[in-house]
Amino acid sequence: MKRLLLGMLLLLGAGHAVAETPLPGTSVYQLDVGLIDQQGHGWPWADRRGQVQIVSMFYTSCSMVCPMIVDTMKLTAQAVHAPGHAPLSLLLVSFDPARDTASVLRDYAQRRHLPSPPWMLARTESPAAARQLAAVLGLQYRQLPDGDFNHSSELILLDAEGRVAARTSVIGRLDPEFVHAIERTLADQ
Amino acid sequence: MRAVLLIAGLLAGLSAAAADYAPLPAAVFNSVLPADGKSAPARMAPFAMRVEPVTNDEYLAFVQTHPAWRKGNVPAALADAGYLSHWNSASVLGSHALPEQPVTRVSWFAAQAFCESEQARLPTWYEWEYAAAADSTRTDARADAQWRERVLDWYGRPSSTTLADIGGDANVYGVRDLNGLVWEWVDDFNALLVSADSRDQNGADTTKFCGAGAATLQQKENYATLMRVAMLSALKASDTTRALGFRCVRTL
Repeated sequence: MKRLLLGMLLLLGAGHAVAETPLPGTSVYQLDVGLIDQQGHGWPWADRRGQVQIVSMFYTSCSMVCPMIVDTMKLTAQAVHAPGHAPLSLLLVSFDPARDTASVLRDYAQRRHLPSPPWMLARTESPAAARQLAAVLGLQYRQLPDGDFNHSSELILLDAEGRVAARTSVIGRLDPEFVHAIERTLADQ
Repeated sequence: MRAVLLIAGLLAGLSAAAADYAPLPAAVFNSVLPADGKSAPARMAPFAMRVEPVTNDEYLAFVQTHPAWRKGNVPAALADAGYLSHWNSASVLGSHALPEQPVTRVSWFAAQAFCESEQARLPTWYEWEYAAAADSTRTDARADAQWRERVLDWYGRPSSTTLADIGGDANVYGVRDLNGLVWEWVDDFNALLVSADSRDQNGADTTKFCGAGAATLQQKENYATLMRVAMLSALKASDTTRALGFRCVRTL
């Protein structure tokens, strides 16, 4: 009980400290967009501050590379060895907010065994916000007339301040460099 | 009497400040980027386009009412260090940024914010390409080798050439300076060359892109437009360059 209280105090203290430090100029949280998660909760994108996380973008009706993106994120998270450090969060944001509603995302998370935490599946409030988020993350995508998307497939590591600490376009297998970057970033927190 | 004068003054101020937009009709347009990555034309809904690129003067008025976008206030994630670097200061243009020159050294995020401030948005690539295919008498001048040559000439000029003022010849829709003045941001700059259906490829990049239709470029003789696509798709949203400006559109 004492430890729990102490932990809570520490958390509160940490939250306070974060609020007082100005956000770095290069932080992707400088972008003001809203996310809606698989539970239907709305969050400012910048609320992800404080978490070390892997971020990628996908869409649920994609049958080709997107499942591999999810698998590679899983594989990567399992390979990370960082005892005693903060947990690694995993965030997937949809390119396709029109079709990927909260319930579609929730079903997808269940079907693909993506428990929350560490996973969050989210959509933006509008296609324009999805384009902005992709732009700040340096991802490219294009909607085709049949509703499918062509898109770049990358995993992006964000540090707690929202700076891009590493990125990899190795999909379908583990990228050891990327795993090391995650371990280093977690150790720095 | 003073009230009347004041109102007249306000109205004059308004009409000077409000940018002109020209309507463009719905169309089926053969882009250099087929909509399905193979050969499908783009289906264009009607829209209105700013007849001129945004000028330094107009952008200055914008940053005065939107301080978050003043030079020095914008975080690096949204605009790189070159943002408005040719301006004298956050509120003074100076001799390297004349009022009637198109504003340049603005990022995609900044251009978006400006367009939003006049209830508009950045054009899509298709909208831009469709408007820019017209000359003063034809809605689509691209089959004319001389027209293509003239457009291409601009791309061959050294980048150190001083930017001209806005006010080139109007095309058939009344839109000016699409070709021959500056590069212009489009909303989907990061969607243009998402290519290569990687399932058919071997090697390290096999899964870099995912998707059913690979982007292929059409109209290989239209080098100028292809160069524009290549340049735009090489940009990051926070990039600013000396010859990259923008204009806005509104959905009709």
